[in-house]
Amino acid sequence: MSHDAHGDVTVDVLELADELAGAGGTASEEAAEYAMRLGDDALVLAQRLGAWISRAPEIEEDVALANIALDLIGHARSLLHYAGTASGRSEDDLAYFRDEPEFRSAWLFEQPNGDFGHTIARQLVAAVYLFELYGRLTASADPTLAAIAAKAVKEVDYHRDHAVQWVLRLAGGTEESRRRMIVALADIWPYVDELFRDDELHDALGEAAVRPSTLREPFDAAIAAVFAEAGLDEPRTSIARGGGRRGIHTEHLGPMLAEMQVLARAHPGASW
Amino acid sequence: MRERPRAAAADGRDAASTRAWEVAATVTDPEIPVLTIEDLGVLRSAEADGDRAHVTITPTYSGCPAMDAIRDDVVLALTAAGYTRVDVDLVLSPAWTTDWMTETGKEKLRRYGIQAPTGRAAHRDGPVRVQLAVKCPRCDSLDTRELARFGSTSCKALYECRSCLEPFDYFKVI
Repeated sequence: MSHDAHGDVTVDVLELADELAGAGGTASEEAAEYAMRLGDDALVLAQRLGAWISRAPEIEEDVALANIALDLIGHARSLLHYAGTASGRSEDDLAYFRDEPEFRSAWLFEQPNGDFGHTIARQLVAAVYLFELYGRLTASADPTLAAIAAKAVKEVDYHRDHAVQWVLRLAGGTEESRRRMIVALADIWPYVDELFRDDELHDALGEAAVRPSTLREPFDAAIAAVFAEAGLDEPRTSIARGGGRRGIHTEHLGPMLAEMQVLARAHPGASW
Repeated sequence: MRERPRAAAADGRDAASTRAWEVAATVTDPEIPVLTIEDLGVLRSAEADGDRAHVTITPTYSGCPAMDAIRDDVVLALTAAGYTRVDVDLVLSPAWTTDWMTETGKEKLRRYGIQAPTGRAAHRDGPVRVQLAVKCPRCDSLDTRELARFGSTSCKALYECRSCLEPFDYFKVI
């Protein structure tokens, strides 16, 4: 027995998500597909937000967006780890070694950062939606999904608050900030609808999943309250076709994935 | 579901498990080294059987990078104490809350210059988020303001004191 704690002792490389007791189960094929959708939403949004680091309007915002991205990466790890149990793949396999058509994220999350107003508009929609989603998913019949959601909802609550504060500030700020907030919301709004579309996967999962259409009403109510306080009207825009859940994406996802995946693909299996 | 990890250890079946708890409880948070994982409420259970130990910890935030280090350190501490087989599980449920932070831990935090969580986490279906005044850990003034909700780590917000004019970290309620 060595008294030097770092002497004889070897600690295996830690696979954090492997140890998640809450995620101890093996996902059914349907649950894996569902977890992949949620995990991809979180991963893609985290990557987008990470691009603000060193670019945000103030240093506190660099830190805030990075913190939010970090929470989302945590959610993505848990969800993709669980998704991977159905096919023997790790969360890294799923994040770095799937191509664009295999991603299941909705179009909203892959939209470019645009100016800060666009990022905040996307954050408002994402955080309000995720808060409603995870709040309901805590009652999932699938204990792993319920555990991940119970953890995530508390964090997403802070993300929602952050986005709402910024919407109020930008909408009530200068003429220019208000103008940009309105433009950004109009640009983001076509991608809202896709988040609430049901498909056969939700039929198959039953009580294990949250039926997206049932989230529309609380989402609209929460957004209406923010818009009322900010003196904004809900944008009247067309609705984007969508298709992310089936692997059909906008032209924005590919370049983002290329940047996210290049290092892992150049040095497969490397650790650093 | 154990609301009070320390009590769980004290009530525990045997002295061996209590000893494993005490060893694991010496591990500190790599980012806030004055706090042990027991102070934080991150240590949820410890069981021992001969030279085997089984410890359960819970992550503070989903993406918190300290968890890898904490898990390493728990293994190292127990191995150094003579356990040859150490398992550490991470549990997500029930989700960690700052309500599990011990009073000792909160006092240590304040002395370290980080204001401890003020009040308790909201009931999940509670209607309003009440913003309680956050006291300056240096001069105890309540005349403070939030500079940034997201501070140097996920768990902290950045405040400034309008009395002594010093900035300080606040450990957010979650």
